[in-house]
Amino acid sequence: MRWLLLKDLQILRRSPLQATLLVVYPVLIALLVGFAISRDSDKPRVAFLNEVPADSRVSVGQTELPSINVDDRICGRVECVNVDTREEAEEEVRSGNVLAALVLPGDLVDQINSLSTQNPGTPTVEVIVNEEDPVKAQLVDDRISSLLAQANLVIAKRIAKEGGKFLNLVLNGGSFEVIGQSVEILGLRASAQILQALRPSLPPGALRESLDQVIRFTVLSRSNLDVGGVLISRLTQPIAVDKQVVSASTPPLEIFAIAVAATLTLTFVVVLLVAGSLALEREENAFPRLTRGLVSRSGLLGEKIGLGIAVGLVVTLLLLAGLELFVSLEWGRFGLWLVAILVGGAAFGAAGAALGAAAREVRTVSLLAFMVSLPIAFLSLIPSGAIGGGLYDVIEVVTALFPFKPSLRAMTAALDSAGPGIGGPLLHLAALTVVYAALARLALRRFAVV
Amino acid sequence: MDAVPVAFELMEASATAALEARGIVKRYGEREALRGVGFSVHSGELMAVIGPNGAGKTTLLTILAGIARPEEGEVHLPNGDVGWVPQQAALYRRLTVEENLLLFARLESHEDPRASVEEMLELSGLSDRRGELVARLSGGNQQRINIAIGLLSRPVVLLLDEPSVGLDPRQRARLWQFVSTLAERGTTVIFSTHDIQEAERYGKQLLVLADGESLFQGTPEELRDAVRREAPEAASSDFETAFVAFLHHRGH
Ligand SMILES: Nc1ncnc2c1ncn2[C@@H]1O[C@H](COP(=O)(O)OP(=O)(O)OP(=O)(O)O)[C@@H](O)[C@H]1O
Ligand SMILES: [Mg+2]
Repeated sequence: MRWLLLKDLQILRRSPLQATLLVVYPVLIALLVGFAISRDSDKPRVAFLNEVPADSRVSVGQTELPSINVDDRICGRVECVNVDTREEAEEEVRSGNVLAALVLPGDLVDQINSLSTQNPGTPTVEVIVNEEDPVKAQLVDDRISSLLAQANLVIAKRIAKEGGKFLNLVLNGGSFEVIGQSVEILGLRASAQILQALRPSLPPGALRESLDQVIRFTVLSRSNLDVGGVLISRLTQPIAVDKQVVSASTPPLEIFAIAVAATLTLTFVVVLLVAGSLALEREENAFPRLTRGLVSRSGLLGEKIGLGIAVGLVVTLLLLAGLELFVSLEWGRFGLWLVAILVGGAAFGAAGAALGAAAREVRTVSLLAFMVSLPIAFLSLIPSGAIGGGLYDVIEVVTALFPFKPSLRAMTAALDSAGPGIGGPLLHLAALTVVYAALARLALRRFAVV
Repeated sequence: MDAVPVAFELMEASATAALEARGIVKRYGEREALRGVGFSVHSGELMAVIGPNGAGKTTLLTILAGIARPEEGEVHLPNGDVGWVPQQAALYRRLTVEENLLLFARLESHEDPRASVEEMLELSGLSDRRGELVARLSGGNQQRINIAIGLLSRPVVLLLDEPSVGLDPRQRARLWQFVSTLAERGTTVIFSTHDIQEAERYGKQLLVLADGESLFQGTPEELRDAVRREAPEAASSDFETAFVAFLHHRGH
């Protein structure tokens, strides 16, 4: 037992790569998951512009409500990035530094106040979002609706409370302050009682009938207004949202899901196949025999990448054809699909070749391929603004170094006719292909001899 | 056993060196695997490289094969190709015997790859197992395929790294008969072996390596003389024992 344990520790010490991975990888994954869970569900970053004059108050009738302190309420729920102008807010959104911007226009309070006048307006807050991918769009929508629901609830409660006071006054009477002067209000209940008391003193005839009508009215009004109180308390959504989308290239969620599925398939098929088959040449000792004049090293690399692209193409197309059973795809864009798969496959192939040339055995290579591809795919799906700006910048750089994100963009562009152009992602992939192929070629030089 | 059919073109045996190496130095980090080894072999000659484990035999052969590059020294190969049969079988274990041979015949751009495959199957005596996965073959049978693939390149100089390891006596005899036929027709063969008797019997030239140094180059008779001279106490023993004594006297 003891000696076996010692042996295993000795072996571990002699494989620094494995030992490092063993420690670094779980920590990395744990951090990633931790960040994703905490940052994502906790406080999204929102640029906040409050143009409402500081001294304006929401009033109902002639009563001013105490300040609701919007800033605190909103910034308690999200991480506020205070901005001074609308342009600044838009810029923050466009750069992905924040998930969305919330603008409270200067006339918001006036508009809210107009709700209780003859001429009710529509109080509107403005939301600026950057819906570059549908997952993010959904996230933003959820956040906005929950924020807004909260704000509306606060205002509605106040209005209902104030409104309820007035109703009560009308129903039951009482005193009421108008510009410092107290006014006594009789109330419907008391009015009805007074009228009832007056009734016998009137002689039967036209006058008495008129009074009966008035009495009926007060009784009816009372019971109807009681219902009105309930209605007021149900007051909802006094504020509307004016949503402005900065870059509206959101593909439908289902197209996006298909693009993610296709890209993941392409990633694993191509990376595993290319890396594995290249490592196999070494494992079977065939590499030196092949490269002694039979095949050039670059030729061998080309063959492996070609193999990866071909198999990746077949599998991905099969996947798309299978998905066609559930969602309808635009087969008219088949040419673009092909381009996206081929160019993406080339980049994944080159990356796989670099991996296969760097590692020794097929098993190690397969494990490495999984260990690298999964977190990269995961990182690539994090929407901007969902996490802190600095961290997101790091993630942007890291994911740009691997073919997953550009390949996903190319795939989405190919599948979605309303989407953005496919040119940028294709160029990105081509550059990655060149870099990884060069790295693979360099690593092949170190391929052990015998 | 009948003469083994061969498809190699007849080559004129000449007295000129088919392969010449001079002052070869190979280092792996601090360790010097070869320290200035030089020799020359003529066309159609069989040269055996012998020496203890770690002497540098494999290293020398991989340098001759052009797979490894020496830090110093040079290899001269006036004309033609070098064929190489590695010590560890270089085969695709998940392909069948026939598929392996066919792949390499095609890569060597043989005009009729299938005919070459038949020839090699016949040579290795594995015709009846052509359809079997290499992974299922015994080590010795894998070695036969390994050698057959090395022969597919129809080389001017054939390098065999411990070719007879794991072969049964019948296969051994078959191998050496085939190799001798090749040599008669002009192919130069350099092989390494731990079997001193084999080296003595088949090698026209012997190259003795120890710790990266070349201790001796000459015919088996010359080696016997040297052994008798330097290790007289073992002169009456068998050649292998005498050889060990000789190495001991040279400090190895
Ligand atoms: N890739 C390598 N890295 C470091 N050292 C190596 C490497 N290959 C060989 N060596 C060293 O070079 C020396 C010669 O090795 P080589 O394999 O040529 O010996 P050999 O004569 O073929 O031995 P054997 O009879 O056991 O096959 C040995 O000391 C070996 O440890
Ligand atoms: Mg060896």
